[in-house]
Amino acid sequence: MSKRINLDHLGVQGPRFYVTLGWVGLLLLIGAACALVMEHEGHVVTGMNNQVIWGTPHVFAVFLIVAASGALNVASISSVFGKQMYKPLAPLSTVVSAALLVGGLAVLVLDLGRPDRLTVAMTHYNFKSIFAWNIYLYTGFLLIILAYLWMMMERRMQPHAHGAGVVALLWRLALTTGTGSIFGFVIARQAYDAAVMAPMFIVFSFAYGLAAFNLVVMGIYTWTDRDLGRFVTYRMRSMLRLFVGASAYFTALYHLTNLYATEHHAWERFVLMDGGPYTTLFWVGQVAIGYLAPLILLFHPGTRDSYAVIAASSLLVIAGGMSQMYVTIVGGQAFPLVLFPGMEVSSGFYDGVVAAYAPSAWEVGLGLLGVGVAIVIILLSAKTLRVVPDNLADRFLDPDYDKTQAELAEERELAQMG
Amino acid sequence: MTASNRKPHDPGRRRLLTGALAAAASVIAPGILLVAPRPAAGRAPGEPVTDRVRWGLLIDTTRCEAGCDHCITACRTEHDWDNAPHSRPDQQAQWIRKLDVHNPETGYTFSLPMMCQHCENPPCADVCPTGASFRRADGIVLVDKHICIGCRYCMIACPYKARSFVHETIGGQKPYSPRGKGTVESCTLCVHRVDAGRLPACVEACTEKAGGAMVFGDLNDPGSEISRTVSRIATTQVRADLGLDPGVLYHGF
Amino acid sequence: MMRLTGGLLLVGLALGAVPVSAGDGVPLPTPARGKGTQCVEPTDTMRRYHMDYLLHQRDETVHRGIRGTKYALKDCVECHATPDPRPEVRALTLYGFCKECHDYAAVSIDCFGCHTPVSASSEGGSQ
Repeated sequence: MSKRINLDHLGVQGPRFYVTLGWVGLLLLIGAACALVMEHEGHVVTGMNNQVIWGTPHVFAVFLIVAASGALNVASISSVFGKQMYKPLAPLSTVVSAALLVGGLAVLVLDLGRPDRLTVAMTHYNFKSIFAWNIYLYTGFLLIILAYLWMMMERRMQPHAHGAGVVALLWRLALTTGTGSIFGFVIARQAYDAAVMAPMFIVFSFAYGLAAFNLVVMGIYTWTDRDLGRFVTYRMRSMLRLFVGASAYFTALYHLTNLYATEHHAWERFVLMDGGPYTTLFWVGQVAIGYLAPLILLFHPGTRDSYAVIAASSLLVIAGGMSQMYVTIVGGQAFPLVLFPGMEVSSGFYDGVVAAYAPSAWEVGLGLLGVGVAIVIILLSAKTLRVVPDNLADRFLDPDYDKTQAELAEERELAQMG
Repeated sequence: MTASNRKPHDPGRRRLLTGALAAAASVIAPGILLVAPRPAAGRAPGEPVTDRVRWGLLIDTTRCEAGCDHCITACRTEHDWDNAPHSRPDQQAQWIRKLDVHNPETGYTFSLPMMCQHCENPPCADVCPTGASFRRADGIVLVDKHICIGCRYCMIACPYKARSFVHETIGGQKPYSPRGKGTVESCTLCVHRVDAGRLPACVEACTEKAGGAMVFGDLNDPGSEISRTVSRIATTQVRADLGLDPGVLYHGF
Repeated sequence: MMRLTGGLLLVGLALGAVPVSAGDGVPLPTPARGKGTQCVEPTDTMRRYHMDYLLHQRDETVHRGIRGTKYALKDCVECHATPDPRPEVRALTLYGFCKECHDYAAVSIDCFGCHTPVSASSEGGSQ
């Protein structure tokens, strides 16, 4: 039994590791093949069209990028807000964050009409564009969190880790604001014309990122049979409850504000009532699976203490998050543009009607490529860097551990005496 | 497509006919019109465009018949934008389309061509990360396909759905209208014709073959036909509330 | 990107300029010249700098509307179009003129994904 918490490698050796890596590698290969087909044939092989312009790849990409920011929660809380119990997990949190970001960016870049022109994107900038800003925000974020990781892991640099943590926190708030603003600043579309999009995306990022991080931690600890204490697990559970609740609050706020503005009634009617798949995804996916189910499971005394329930809730939050992205991104475009408010418009080119969109296998494959990239980065980083705490036992993390144990012992003694 | 649909607003139409447009009315002498509204002489070789000119388009919906698509045909022929054999209908490019608008309160119905509105403050250019979408000094909004990376954010941002993405490899482009897979495109206001002192293909077709509902010209030149007309009759811009100040003006609704 | 390919081409041409006897490696390109007798600049200059001229002109034309100057891709096509070497294409194209040198220099050009390589004088002929 170890005497304290040490940072360690992943701790999975030989075939067990490489078989897992192989499975994820297969996912990568399939994804890469899909990307190649899309690049070669063009977007004609996707469900995307001139009405629904961004599709499934963007659902994956935006989700991963938003979650990347949130995955840094644990590191931020430890470095910036000085919560010692999160300190052992801070490096892993940074790794997960970087991995999700790279995965998301890979999808975004490979979906471009001309991915071969990435150099153009790096040499021509229009600084009025939030997209151009995001290119800096994303690459800058990556550099900052890598520096941050280094400062946490290199003993000599540890005094600077707090500063780097503050920079990383501020930067990631800017990053999620930027990602949310991609949608928030579009005046043309009923769904996107709301400044609340930016703070809402920040809160979403907290929830999605934490859920992903939870799964990584619980996955690694189960896989390597390490001691994952209740103290830290229940802390994560509390955070997840808070962020899911806040996400639900912002979602309600967004829709209620829209309902107040007559101009947006048609869009709200579409999402909330008669948008077909988008309405279903909103109520069943985003609200029931993404908010209600995890909140009930994580609050109910009968379920909240089970590790399996906490892991399942994290999965539900991710499923809800993907639904939310689909409703926001695809639903927001499927809803027709309002060219003549109050009028009925028709044309030979899909005006005034809900646009159809069905994802093709190629674009789903491309999206999964991003997930695969993230997992491979996490696996390889954890294999080669000491980022996994060798245990997260309560006796090292819970400041009241001795007291609680003493009380328990006393109770036992009393019971025996009785 | 009925006669009542076509001319729901007779007074306006009559007023227009007595105006400068009357001289150009294609009904009487289409031949004359070919000579009359020249936008300007083409610029000399090597001369850049300036902001002294702002190209604009006036569309009189009272003369635009529902079901008439001469402008679309002319545009398609000029730029050959429907040559993507594998693309689904909703993936096809559509540089210009006809909208039929019906006011359910009053019953008023009108038809109009919708294309790039060549905004003074184009949101497509604002959101473009590389600067590929831009507004030329003379007001024509274009895509520089050399630096377009195909992110399609401009299409998300355009309130008019005026832009198209080329979904597959295409061939047989016109020498003056290069376009290709993976880039975004839209109405160029026939920049190649305008630079040579000619009218956009849609305007020419509408004048020669249809109701003569389109007037093209320099909004900055008080003497131009378009300037004289818009100073006399009520015009509006589609989604004027967005403050984008489109260069395409409409009359009749 | 064009600058990069331009640089590569320069290297390729510099290598090509070294006298090579027959049978030594890859044979020198001998592109069909079309009807061009004298280009807008001396041939050596064009060989080295055509990509720079085109890149410069493309920005000038697209963004500033400058037309009718001497460096125009359309004019390249008009002068240098030759019967396309591919049997399925019956038209005068720039394919033969560009391809041979660029293949030799291992440079892939990005012009004709959008611009037509077909000469207007091969009316009726299509790709």
